[in-house]
Amino acid sequence: MLKYKHFFLLPGLIVLVAIIIFPLLFTIRVSFSSWDVVKPGLDWLGGKNYERLFVDLRFWEALFKLSLMAAGSVLIQYLIGFSLALLVWRDVIMKRFIRVLFLVPMMTTPVIMTVIWRTILHESLGPANDIVRMFGFEHLTWLSTSGMAMFSVILVEVWQWTPFMFLLLLAGLLSLPKEPYMAAAIDGAGPLRTFFSVTFPLMAPISAGAILIRLIEASKMMETVYVLTSGGPGTATETASYYIYIRGLRDYQIGYAASLSFTYLIVMIISLTIIAKVMTRKIIRD
Amino acid sequence: MKRYLLASILSIVLVASSFGVQAQDYSKYGIGADIPGACSYKSIDAKDYSGRTLNIITHAVPVMGEPTALHAKQFEELTGAKVNVVHVPFGDLFQRIMIPFQTGQAAYDVLFYGSLWIGDLHAYLEPVPAAYQQVSGMKDVTVNYKGVATWGDTMVQYPVDGDRHYLKYRTDIFDNPKMKERYKKETGKTLKVPTTWEEYNEIAKYFSGWDWDGDKELNYGSAEVAKRDDLMFSAFISRVAPYAKHPDVKGGFFFDLETMKPLVNTPGWVRGLELFVAAQKSFPPGGNNFGLGDEIFSFGGGQTLMSYSWDDAFIQAMQSGSRIRNKVAAAPLPGALEVWNRKTGKWDKFKTPNLAPYITWGWTSAVSKLSTNKDMAFDYLCFFSNEANTAHDLQIGRFGVNPFRKAHFDAKFWIEKLGWEEKIAKTYVKTLSDMDLSKNRVFDLRVPGVGQFMSSLAAGVSKALAGQETPQKALDGVAEEWRQIVDRIGKEKVREAYKNVVALEDNLR
Repeated sequence: MLKYKHFFLLPGLIVLVAIIIFPLLFTIRVSFSSWDVVKPGLDWLGGKNYERLFVDLRFWEALFKLSLMAAGSVLIQYLIGFSLALLVWRDVIMKRFIRVLFLVPMMTTPVIMTVIWRTILHESLGPANDIVRMFGFEHLTWLSTSGMAMFSVILVEVWQWTPFMFLLLLAGLLSLPKEPYMAAAIDGAGPLRTFFSVTFPLMAPISAGAILIRLIEASKMMETVYVLTSGGPGTATETASYYIYIRGLRDYQIGYAASLSFTYLIVMIISLTIIAKVMTRKIIRD
Repeated sequence: MKRYLLASILSIVLVASSFGVQAQDYSKYGIGADIPGACSYKSIDAKDYSGRTLNIITHAVPVMGEPTALHAKQFEELTGAKVNVVHVPFGDLFQRIMIPFQTGQAAYDVLFYGSLWIGDLHAYLEPVPAAYQQVSGMKDVTVNYKGVATWGDTMVQYPVDGDRHYLKYRTDIFDNPKMKERYKKETGKTLKVPTTWEEYNEIAKYFSGWDWDGDKELNYGSAEVAKRDDLMFSAFISRVAPYAKHPDVKGGFFFDLETMKPLVNTPGWVRGLELFVAAQKSFPPGGNNFGLGDEIFSFGGGQTLMSYSWDDAFIQAMQSGSRIRNKVAAAPLPGALEVWNRKTGKWDKFKTPNLAPYITWGWTSAVSKLSTNKDMAFDYLCFFSNEANTAHDLQIGRFGVNPFRKAHFDAKFWIEKLGWEEKIAKTYVKTLSDMDLSKNRVFDLRVPGVGQFMSSLAAGVSKALAGQETPQKALDGVAEEWRQIVDRIGKEKVREAYKNVVALEDNLR
């Protein structure tokens, strides 16, 4: 029998159903329909959208490119973010100012910042190539060759999201216990030894959390690609989210885009769960 | 008493007439003078739509969005109506229009969008009433743009803009005797405005990578819209058209109307793509990632010798303050001396280049069938495009309103209003008006699912440009995708729509 206290759960449940459960179920239903520009509404197409999806090479290639870009950018963000956090962890001059300064990129609007980056990296008119030429080098093809375009997308992602990594890792560093450091000092450990034997292991759970959070975010990489390269040159920087956007909103293949979205969600849940498990197991073992 | 009465009546008449004179002074709206007609300021001023609301969806500011908002405000002041204008970026515009239609909501009364979507939207649009087709401004719309606005025999779009692709080039180089001499000496050829795409590529290549205008900056041969999802498909169609649109072969440019077999991987299309790929050598750095905005800046800013696309780059170059003002000219798009004949399966040779003007998509407008304010909606569109407003809008490059009436092809307008040199104005209006006379025009693929077809085409072309696939392989992939799209949408449905395009291209209408 329901007790009155259970009714306190109702607002939360309603919100959960309205903003998570219903859209998800609706997307699944739409994915079994042929809803497009000529056939509006929810007819029943069976699994045809999923059959089409399995042979859609462009989608799987986009997923692969997304994995490369997400993993690459998060790894770099972790390395730089950790370095910056270590830098301002100890007492340095203008510590507060530097901490705020490091957070600025994260507080800017991604689309606007990507537009600015696109201007900077513009191969004819942007300042990036002016600087490169100042040092006597040939201009770089920032956005017009496959490898460089991918590098540019990662660069912008790293610039924008390293502060987030920095923030989490700094919070982690500030919460570390002092005793292990005192013990290390008594044992005569130097800074490097202290880092690898004390700081890094103690930070492992926080690092894993930070990496996972950023991987989840990076797996939705869309604005940077949309503004910077439109997935080009060719399909070199086309990520899964951008491809779904094209199929859904540009081509107006709502049913097919829903099946892509749902598959993408499943792939992400499975892969991120595996990554989380592996990282947790490694941390516990160590 | 009688005298007082007469004086009173006289003074009332005088006051009333003076109000009348004031009400007819519309110069505060920035127009030169009101031009009499059914949609003039005076006529619209006489209407009263107080207490009613008009909802409009349009593109983001400034292109088309700015004139929509400007004339909406004027319409509000003149009629007392409340006008809401929703601005949407181009990438979202289609779905923002389509979703309310598909779900039966009358979200917007008036719509501004790309004219190529007619195949998807026509069923949701209210035909333009006969009375509006008889107004002076509409009667003066050229045959091309009436065709663009018409589905079958019914006009469902209200023409507000005229678009086409044409060649733009630097006259200070092409008419420069020293440059001509240098070009002759180094290539053995005469420097002239290119009439084929092969010539275009050759000239562009020669003029790439050196400072030919003496501004101490490197210059390049060609600026083209080559970014995948930034209207590149239109640039590609411009390049392909003369190789694949044979003047003696009727029945389809994109598909064979009889079989609905895609023609995108036939040799004419492949040749066009090969030349597009080769042209990249003459692009400025990063040129294969240029969107329309980059192309406008590159040619309009004086970086490149030639360009082709919509009017914008030309207007940018001709704006007061531009360092290349009156140093540019317009010409027809280059043609081809060899044209693929799909009936015989051979290349036909031509003595003079085959031209196939591409009447590319542009901005158009329409009234929703679901609107409960159709009278007011058509009045707004009629007012938007009245002669005085259009004359004003044509002078502002960022508005995206380009010539679409016969009256706009009068060189005097461009000389007097915009201060263009006579020779430039004359070549400009001749280039544009000659496209109306062509019997070998190419129109957009105005069929249901055009977004899917063009998105697939852009992806394939982009792969070839990036070197990921050969032109033939890339277009084979596009053809296969087009077959699948036709199967999904329904062969007969696509054919029925495509008939309308072929009727325009084959001059049957």
